[in-house]
Amino acid sequence: MHMLKIDNLHARVEGKEILKGLSLTVKPGEVHAIMGPNGAGKSTLGNVLAGRDGYEVTAGSVDFAGRDLLALEPEERAAVGVFLAFQYPVEIPGVNNTYFLRAALNAQRKFRGEEELDSMRFLKLVREKLKVMQISDELLHRAVNEGFSGGEKKRNEIFQMAVLEPKLAILDETDSGLDIDALKQVAEGVNALRSPDRSFVIVTHYQRLLDYIEPDFVHVLAGGRIVESGDKDLALKLEEQGYAWLAEKHPELRKADLTGVPA
Amino acid sequence: MNESENMTREVAAPVRDNAEVEAALNRRYEAGFVTDIESTSLPPGLSEDTVRQLSAIKGEPEWMTEWRLAAYRHWLTMPEPDWAKLDIAPIDYQSVSYYSAPKDGPKSLDEVDPKLLETYEKLGVPLHERAKLAGVAVDAVFDSVSVGTTFRKELAEAGVIFCSMSEAIREHGDLVRQYLGSVVPVGDNYFAALNSAVFSDGSFVFIPKGTRCPMELSTYFRINAINTGQFERTLIVAEDDSYVSYLEGCTAPMRDENQLHAAVVELVALERAQIKYSTVQNWYPGDENGVGGIYNFVTKRGDCRGADSKISWTQVETGSAITWKYPSCVLRGDRSVGEFYSVALTHHRQQADTGTKMIHIGKGTKSKIVAKGISAGRSSNSYRGLVKIEKGADGARNYTQCDSLLIGKQCGAHTFPYMEVKNPGAIVEHEATTSKISDDQLFYCLSRGIGEEDAVSMIVDGFCKQVFRELPMEFAVEAKKLLEVSLEGAVG
Repeated sequence: MHMLKIDNLHARVEGKEILKGLSLTVKPGEVHAIMGPNGAGKSTLGNVLAGRDGYEVTAGSVDFAGRDLLALEPEERAAVGVFLAFQYPVEIPGVNNTYFLRAALNAQRKFRGEEELDSMRFLKLVREKLKVMQISDELLHRAVNEGFSGGEKKRNEIFQMAVLEPKLAILDETDSGLDIDALKQVAEGVNALRSPDRSFVIVTHYQRLLDYIEPDFVHVLAGGRIVESGDKDLALKLEEQGYAWLAEKHPELRKADLTGVPA
Repeated sequence: MNESENMTREVAAPVRDNAEVEAALNRRYEAGFVTDIESTSLPPGLSEDTVRQLSAIKGEPEWMTEWRLAAYRHWLTMPEPDWAKLDIAPIDYQSVSYYSAPKDGPKSLDEVDPKLLETYEKLGVPLHERAKLAGVAVDAVFDSVSVGTTFRKELAEAGVIFCSMSEAIREHGDLVRQYLGSVVPVGDNYFAALNSAVFSDGSFVFIPKGTRCPMELSTYFRINAINTGQFERTLIVAEDDSYVSYLEGCTAPMRDENQLHAAVVELVALERAQIKYSTVQNWYPGDENGVGGIYNFVTKRGDCRGADSKISWTQVETGSAITWKYPSCVLRGDRSVGEFYSVALTHHRQQADTGTKMIHIGKGTKSKIVAKGISAGRSSNSYRGLVKIEKGADGARNYTQCDSLLIGKQCGAHTFPYMEVKNPGAIVEHEATTSKISDDQLFYCLSRGIGEEDAVSMIVDGFCKQVFRELPMEFAVEAKKLLEVSLEGAVG
């Protein structure tokens, strides 16, 4: 039984084909890391799965726990359990963080035919999650991401994930721009949320995040496709050798597809 | 002086469920019903005779009639203003009826026609004893007359006068005569002169020395009759060391004809007095093609006449086809304070040219302006403000913040800040921003499960927070709802 099955996915952004036949299967509870050179289509994958406007799927299918994910509106995808942690979380001035999160949770619950949470029950839930995430409740009283430091923004994403309890979390370069302490905190948050029925797709540029979040599988995304899969040793190999070695194995890849160098 | 912002947004918005948007649009203006009630109206037309007739119907003393006639004669000499960034079809002042009132004249609330009570009930402003809004006294103005005022006894015990302007002219003639036109002179501007000639009713508030008004006062203006203009006049006088918070709300039926509303509001704050004046303006805005709607030409001015007095305007403007309105403060008393908090929302073909004037005359006077403009559809939304610091206003300070938010493809936002500083020691600060609801913000909300319409109203609400904070609680809730309703169908 799979959680997510991406089959031969092709997608265009502004008329340019970025994903060119990407396939990936994720089972419940698994953590998949996706690495790849710049411009390989890593962020496109997250955006396509979350349903962002302007990302046009031209071929292929995405099945999410038995549903045709691509047929759903973005807010419906959230409600059925897909969560995208943004590389650049967006500021919404004047909108209280707690209020935002409650509106999100209740919109999702409503869609699923569940009872909406009143403010008391919501606050109780939030307090529990705060404890797990080791986040100060001062964050709750501020406007969504407004004036947050880079680390705070990323932690806020993980905190939202904790409250919304998705089935599938896609982390889009969540580690970018974080110092080592912030990185550890974010990783601890993610690890606390790992469970047998929750899957993760972690898109990252750097191997170092995987020191703290141990993946079950590591994939290389290059030229719009998954070209190599393995376990965490693959990430270490990429760290040492870069991507150039893949050219021999995959003569169809153009040089430009592999020139990005992992730091 | 200069037009600092003039932006048009071009974004391809996704096409959403049309039936849903259609439905939302159709229930957009909930106050658009008509009350079927017999009324007495003056025939359309304006002349000295009309003014005399109007004054006679209201049983006014001669000084009042003469005051009106002087205003009318002055009005005849004035050109219609054309400096605002508004595109206004010519108004035929002779086709308007200047007076319309429910047939059974004003009486005590127990005797008011049940249809009228029902009207206000439907608008969320119950007037009868049992359902009265707790802690808020209401004066209900229907077309040209006040049909009732609640909590009269309680207010009288506190020494507060709160009644219709007609009653005030009859019962408190000396007070009215002393203050009427002392803030907005008869010939102040074209629409103020017209109002001075033909105003039919409005509210009068008098807070005696040392009195804190025991409850919020509010006037609910309702236009009902067809082809009728509403010309109300409000006068609030706060004597030394007094305080009052006053709210006004406005609605009108949906009609294809434009209707004229030209009001004048005068506030007088004496030594250490404070007046807080809040407006939620929801006149019928016209339909999506710009057919119908109220022409709202309003002169509002507060005079901080006494030292250490304070006047604060808060407005939420969502209605009207055209809004022309600049609530202002004349900071005459030393250390007096003027504030202006505004949210102006335009959608479809609505046009708004609104802002404030802060005139610093006294020493150590302070003013603060926070103006938020939201434009959607094909609307045009302008902030126009003047900060004037007179020579003697040593230590005067002003802070102005103007923010514009654009939603959709074809709307416009403009800012016209004027400054005249004659005192070199004054500190005047101005900040302005123009932003769009970005695709990033929208997608962020969607990706968390929040639907598009809810996301837009949430972002707009956040944008307006600074202003909503200034509104009394019940009004803040209403204002928020109103913005949501007004913006339905703005995206998609």
